[in-house]
Amino acid sequence: MITLAGFAPFQPTPGLALWSSIIFILFWWLMSKYAFGPIAKGISKRESDIKDALAEAESARAEMSKLKAENEQILAEAREERATMLKEAKDAKTSIIAEAKEKAKEEATRISTNAMREIENEKQAALVEVKNKVGIMATEIAEKIIKKQLSGQADHESFVSSLVNDIKLN
Amino acid sequence: MKIKALLLVVMSFCLVLSYAQHNHDHSHDHSGHSHDHSGHSHDHGDHAHGASATHAGGHHEANDYSRGDCGTPAKVIHHSEYDPSATAIHHVSDANVYTILEYTIPLPAIIYNKERGLEFFSTGKFHAGHHENGHYGYKDYVLYEGSIHRIACENFQPQEHFEVQGFDMQKVKDSKGKDIEKRYAIINGKGYVLEQRTIWDGGLLGGGMTSFYDLSITKNVVSMILVCLFLFFIFRKAAKAYAVRDGQAPSGIQSFLEPVFQFIRDDVAIPFIGDKHEKFLPLLMSIFFFILGLNLWGQVPFLGNVNVTGSLTVTMVLAILVFIITNINGKKDYWKHIFNMPGVPWFVKLILTPVELLGMFIKPLTLMLRLAGNITAGHIAILSFVGLIFIFGKSGQSMAGAGAGTAIAIPLTLFMMAIELIVAFVQAFVFTILTASYLGAAVEEHDDHH
Repeated sequence: MITLAGFAPFQPTPGLALWSSIIFILFWWLMSKYAFGPIAKGISKRESDIKDALAEAESARAEMSKLKAENEQILAEAREERATMLKEAKDAKTSIIAEAKEKAKEEATRISTNAMREIENEKQAALVEVKNKVGIMATEIAEKIIKKQLSGQADHESFVSSLVNDIKLN
Repeated sequence: MKIKALLLVVMSFCLVLSYAQHNHDHSHDHSGHSHDHSGHSHDHGDHAHGASATHAGGHHEANDYSRGDCGTPAKVIHHSEYDPSATAIHHVSDANVYTILEYTIPLPAIIYNKERGLEFFSTGKFHAGHHENGHYGYKDYVLYEGSIHRIACENFQPQEHFEVQGFDMQKVKDSKGKDIEKRYAIINGKGYVLEQRTIWDGGLLGGGMTSFYDLSITKNVVSMILVCLFLFFIFRKAAKAYAVRDGQAPSGIQSFLEPVFQFIRDDVAIPFIGDKHEKFLPLLMSIFFFILGLNLWGQVPFLGNVNVTGSLTVTMVLAILVFIITNINGKKDYWKHIFNMPGVPWFVKLILTPVELLGMFIKPLTLMLRLAGNITAGHIAILSFVGLIFIFGKSGQSMAGAGAGTAIAIPLTLFMMAIELIVAFVQAFVFTILTASYLGAAVEEHDDHH
């Protein structure tokens, strides 16, 4: 037969039951109100703070990387722009040079044409002048011939030739 | 979940059986002891106490504490022999005085007596001495082995102050053939039968209803108060630190308590209870630290070897509390799982429902027995090893034997204390984790059908 007779620790006594209920319930109430409650709150607050801080750091990092990407993009854009600008400048230079060349050529052509025309004009003028001079000379020669008595055909011819020789066509 | 419930049932049966076995052994010891004792009293028959002779002679009609033995001439006999089992049991029992080393501290006694009502006095009136036996009596109360007994004799007139010459105890059989301990106080050379305080065991554990209730502040109560105050003090300090050092890393007592707190929260409350853990967290924490604190308090050798968490009354109170809280928080699913397990054929339900219903009561029962059993067993083991010194030393007659006993007892006790230190934590943890699992099962709401 199972018997615990006289084994005092296993005897349920009303006094101990009463006091241990009172003490434990009081302990439970006091601890939850003044100790475990605030501690649990404190710990969970700190945990949420840490979590928030981590999330914040994460978002800051994301922001940072976003900014960096943006910067890079801006930089790339600037670089591209610079390249375009350079290219444009180069193109402009080339075109300007080409234009200038063209213009110069045109100018040269114009100048040379002008010169040619001038020369032609001068030439014409000279020819006119020569013609005039020749005319004048011929007239003079004729005058002189007329004035001079020419004895013979030979004399005529020599005289004319001397006159012709006198005409120096520059 | 079901497997766990079944395992628990099996475990509790094993526990009950092992306790039965354990106590069976004990009862063997006891009967052996009582044989010795009766032999002893036969030897000293005449001068020991006349009363015992009558008993040995087959005075069996006496039920519990018969008033027939009152005032029979008796002499004080000094049992010089060391009784290890009685000593161990005495040391793990609650007491109305608190003995630390050589000093016996009196405690307030509160007695409810059917005839005289509530009575308050100090157990200092008993002048407790060796074995926590009182040298004096107060009214009709005496102190025997640390606990208040009342003289159950009509012919004894209550007195303010009387001398008690000694005590004696007899193992006798009552009318039903049950072993009972008959305790006597010897006053003025006459033996008077004593009765114990009321014990709520229905007479099963050697107690029963008597004429008075002992509601005193006992050694266990004092220990509980001290441990709870200490715990409250340190936790209050830590709690204040959370307000003062808001948002900072823990320091001092805070950093010592916080990991334990978080352990209970993250590894006990949250996995078992889930979202509703915050409601039960203070209870789990209180249970854990209450048990742990008292377990550790009881292990400090010079603090009187108090056995609070090893006394069934305290674990019973905790278990009943857990039972009540579990069941008042039981949700629909919890009751459905007990009375009408979903997804199970009807013939299985015929078996399962009684098992589940039994399980409802077995759960707190196992909580109660496991803790009390483990802690008491540990205390008894240590006391037994210490007892080796006295056994080897033949109760102080052989110094060499005592030396040898000490040489054996020290490593054994050291080993046992180390084990007990682990047990203190493990049992507090087990009680808490099981409470959490019962609460978790009660508040669980699930729509799965298994």
